[in-house]
Amino acid sequence: MSGFEYANAPESKAIANIDNSYGLFIGGKFVNPKKGKSFNTINPATEEILSKIGYADRLDVDLAVKSARTAFTKIWSKMPAKERGKYLYRIARIMQERAREFAVVETLDNGKPIRESRDTDIPLAAAHFFYHAGWADKLDYVGLGNKPKPVGVVGQIIPWNFPLLMLAWKIAPALAAGNTVVLKPAETTPLTALLFAQVCQQAGLPDGVVNIITGDGVTGAALVNHPDINKIAFTGSTEVGKAIARSISATKKSATLELGGKAANLVFDDAAIDEAVEGIVNGIFFNQGHVCCAGSRLLLQENIADEVLEKLKKRMSLIRVGDPMDKNTDLGAINSAEQLKRIQEISNTGDAQGANRWSPECKLPSKGFWYPPTIFTGVSQSHRIAREEIFGPVLSVLTFRTPAEGIEKANNTMYGLSAGIWSDKGSKVLWAAKQLKAGVIWSNTFNKFDPASPFGGYKESGWGREGGRHGLAGYLTSDVKASK
Amino acid sequence: MSRLDVNKTYKLFIGGAFPRSESGRVYEVKGANKKFIANPSLASRKDLRDAVVAAKSAHSGWANATAFNRGQILYRIAEIMEGRSEQFIDEICELEGVTSKAAKIQIEEAIDTWVWYSGWCDKLSSVTGSLNQVSGPFYNFTSPEALGVVAIFAENKPSLLGVVRTLAPVIAGGNAAVLIASESYPLSAITLSEVIATSDMPAGVVNILTGKSSELAPWVGAHMEIDGVDVAGLSKKQEEELRLVGADNLKRVFRFSSINHPDRITSFMELKTVWHPIGI
Repeated sequence: MSGFEYANAPESKAIANIDNSYGLFIGGKFVNPKKGKSFNTINPATEEILSKIGYADRLDVDLAVKSARTAFTKIWSKMPAKERGKYLYRIARIMQERAREFAVVETLDNGKPIRESRDTDIPLAAAHFFYHAGWADKLDYVGLGNKPKPVGVVGQIIPWNFPLLMLAWKIAPALAAGNTVVLKPAETTPLTALLFAQVCQQAGLPDGVVNIITGDGVTGAALVNHPDINKIAFTGSTEVGKAIARSISATKKSATLELGGKAANLVFDDAAIDEAVEGIVNGIFFNQGHVCCAGSRLLLQENIADEVLEKLKKRMSLIRVGDPMDKNTDLGAINSAEQLKRIQEISNTGDAQGANRWSPECKLPSKGFWYPPTIFTGVSQSHRIAREEIFGPVLSVLTFRTPAEGIEKANNTMYGLSAGIWSDKGSKVLWAAKQLKAGVIWSNTFNKFDPASPFGGYKESGWGREGGRHGLAGYLTSDVKASK
Repeated sequence: MSRLDVNKTYKLFIGGAFPRSESGRVYEVKGANKKFIANPSLASRKDLRDAVVAAKSAHSGWANATAFNRGQILYRIAEIMEGRSEQFIDEICELEGVTSKAAKIQIEEAIDTWVWYSGWCDKLSSVTGSLNQVSGPFYNFTSPEALGVVAIFAENKPSLLGVVRTLAPVIAGGNAAVLIASESYPLSAITLSEVIATSDMPAGVVNILTGKSSELAPWVGAHMEIDGVDVAGLSKKQEEELRLVGADNLKRVFRFSSINHPDRITSFMELKTVWHPIGI
């Protein structure tokens, strides 16, 4: 490649004060797990151990739920709503103050580029608290009649792709509505949640309103099955989401499920091609493609397919893969060895089933977990890479002739989380937006998130919404609302 | 000698037609006085599947009709019902064993329920949608859209009102419905299908089956083309079993309180949020 080379621009690790070990955050204090078990969390870019994390089993889950129940009945549900709101404002402010520290810890634990944790994850997480803080004393105006009530104690389980942001999506609306929570961060990315526990302490949040228990799927199952949980809020795979739906089928527990996706990104022949190419890159390579709403199926109108692909490949050659702590890095590390294996396994079926793989030349670091930005052309709708969520930087490219065919292919999936439309014709954009069976439609943009904007999917992408007035309603009950 | 009554054959309502069950099965329905009234069809799994096929193919036309048009058709149902009041009253009295005064109150409430939901059709996105104030140069709005095919297990009693207050909100939102009538009190539902057939309602938007809920519920739960279920007429146990198998395609399953409320409509709708940049 000719032209100027980027100099290294590493962010400093010094600001991150990561303890050697962490307990569970129950009742406002860090406590050791009852059985004293622990696991390590590592930096996926270097495979270095970052910290030793307490492993919560059934007994610890029970303590955390009890603590949340006590806080709910004795304090949080009785507190004047405006005071509740002020706690959330405090939390938002402290997160903003400590934003740089959060960003560094997030990148170290997750492997995502510091540019993304600094500019997207952390500011959006703080914004979620700020937005929901204002709702706390305005619940009568949510649209559920006067005096809607909190659900009670909420069990929340979040994934590893946006650790702090997903925590904010879960905790902020729950607390604003007057619930208390027990949250389990993902096994591979517990650190920012534990840092958030310290923020709760600094904010003087009453003990037990937020409890954070670390562990794996067994811990999560214990939380889901705890009899004193009123609601489950889960973000993760469709497979686990269905298992949760089954587990709670004979209970009074309600659930919000934010599950998988296989979003179509449709480019019509009247689109602004250069902008569309940027959108395609952002759609699939943002956060290493570890995004449930990633634009992982590119649908190109046939007469512009060659032109778009040529420009896309040129643009992909400029993607900088490597050290997530470097401020110039575009594509960081894959979050775990397990996820890398999954990406490899599904992608390899693309080769086996006859699609054509292409990646730009790029040197991957020798340590850590990495996957190059990859596209497959010649993909047909029945290929596994066109149907299954890869959750990595792998794009499947399909083509269509007429707009109607494009929509039909876009909707040919069990998922319905998001979709993208690229066209310069307003009426066509709105027509396509209406036809697409997906909860979030990005037209002439992609992967935009905001606390005021409801997010969530159709079909097997889940139940309910998060964000905005509609997301908040999921944390409230009222006389008029249907059960479950 | 007085004239012999010409009794009605009560049949299923699928895709705008009135077939008997493909299985040839019927069951006996008796009145409050224990006397024989009718032999309605005992719907089979195949009948259910046929009803879902009809609903699925009718759905997009109905969902894409203007909300104003949907509202007019719901209102038309109320008009036709009003003219058939006597028939409904007779059936309710015979089956439920209530006074004609009580039956009259029930049908009046049922008609008014159609009128109420008719008026909701073109107000849903104004009331339940939103224009979202995102932090950036984007136009961002959220509006409700029909879920798809919704199955309804109607309540036993009140036998007519129980059908109307579950069915009207489901179709008001643009869904196609497969309603399973109460096993013991199915007559009003069947007569309602005759009203619907003459109300400009596109064929297949409403399908009505009679039979055993206990037999049909597991098939409804497992059917991958059914998107939502109102379990009003199911027992708690049946509801739990349906939820368990319904998790396979993450069915939206609800039980409502008896009041009419837009939540009955929007529970069977999805919310779609659209982003578009603002700029020159």
